Amino acid sequence: MRIPYRPFAIGLVALAFSAIVFDRAQAGDRHFFAPVTDPVVKEECGSCHLAFAPAMLPARSWQRMMGELDKHFGDNASIDAATAGKITRYLVANAGDAGGQRYSRKLLKGVAAGAAPQRITELPKWVSEHRKVPDWEWRHKDVRTRANCVACHTAAEQGDYDE
Amino acid sequence: MKNMLVVTAGIVAMILSTATLAGPREDLLAQYAAAAKSAGFSAVRGQALHMQNFSAGKPDTPSCTTCHGKDTRGVGRTLAGKTVEPVAVSAAPTRYTDPAKVEKWFKRNCTEVLGRECTPQEKGDWLTFVIGQ
Repeated sequence: MRIPYRPFAIGLVALAFSAIVFDRAQAGDRHFFAPVTDPVVKEECGSCHLAFAPAMLPARSWQRMMGELDKHFGDNASIDAATAGKITRYLVANAGDAGGQRYSRKLLKGVAAGAAPQRITELPKWVSEHRKVPDWEWRHKDVRTRANCVACHTAAEQGDYDE
Repeated sequence: MKNMLVVTAGIVAMILSTATLAGPREDLLAQYAAAAKSAGFSAVRGQALHMQNFSAGKPDTPSCTTCHGKDTRGVGRTLAGKTVEPVAVSAAPTRYTDPAKVEKWFKRNCTEVLGRECTPQEKGDWLTFVIGQ
């Protein structure tokens, strides 16, 4: 009996093709960073700037930041101790190295084990991901600062940082 | 029946008017007045404070209007790109009803713009200004 290998071959090709497509589709959400859901954190960390996703920095970064709120990137952003404690616990629990954060591992690549980086925009991976953005775009009146993610990533508030 | 309606309407109106008289904004103004030992607050002075340029604060925020914008009924924008609710009560009716929040932002924003905390007189004037806007 002759084995009808042709249907198998076609099937295999189709399977390989759909595997590639599926992989692409999955890769589409590779820039997802779960947004802040806690209302207190949203209010306290999201009034002046986007409430940055806790998964974008390791726990030790958040701990350091919350301990230096009186010198918060040039502003005195001090809040009462109880609120600060609550926010710190949330940020640490959802930090990029807290586990279960699929996309943080990539973003935090190249950060030294003991380092507590404070600016997401200075992470080596962040810098390389944005290397093609020209200077004039950063200076645009609707952008002005690298911390203004939503200027380009319009769905950043929802956690989506695809282009 | 008609009389009943009139009486009910009257009671409702009375409740509403006391509510506006003793709302959280009015309580705040009373507190500021007591602290300032003030003869009264002025929306005109509040507006002047709002528009004025200061040099003792942070150079990138010389004025309230840097972030809040010149139009009190329009939204503002922080330096990091966040939208700020209009300061005018007519455009943002829930504003200034949480005293702790009001105090928090007076402290932060006055420090940044004026380089010092605002006085109770200044707070009262400014609040009077935006309540009337």
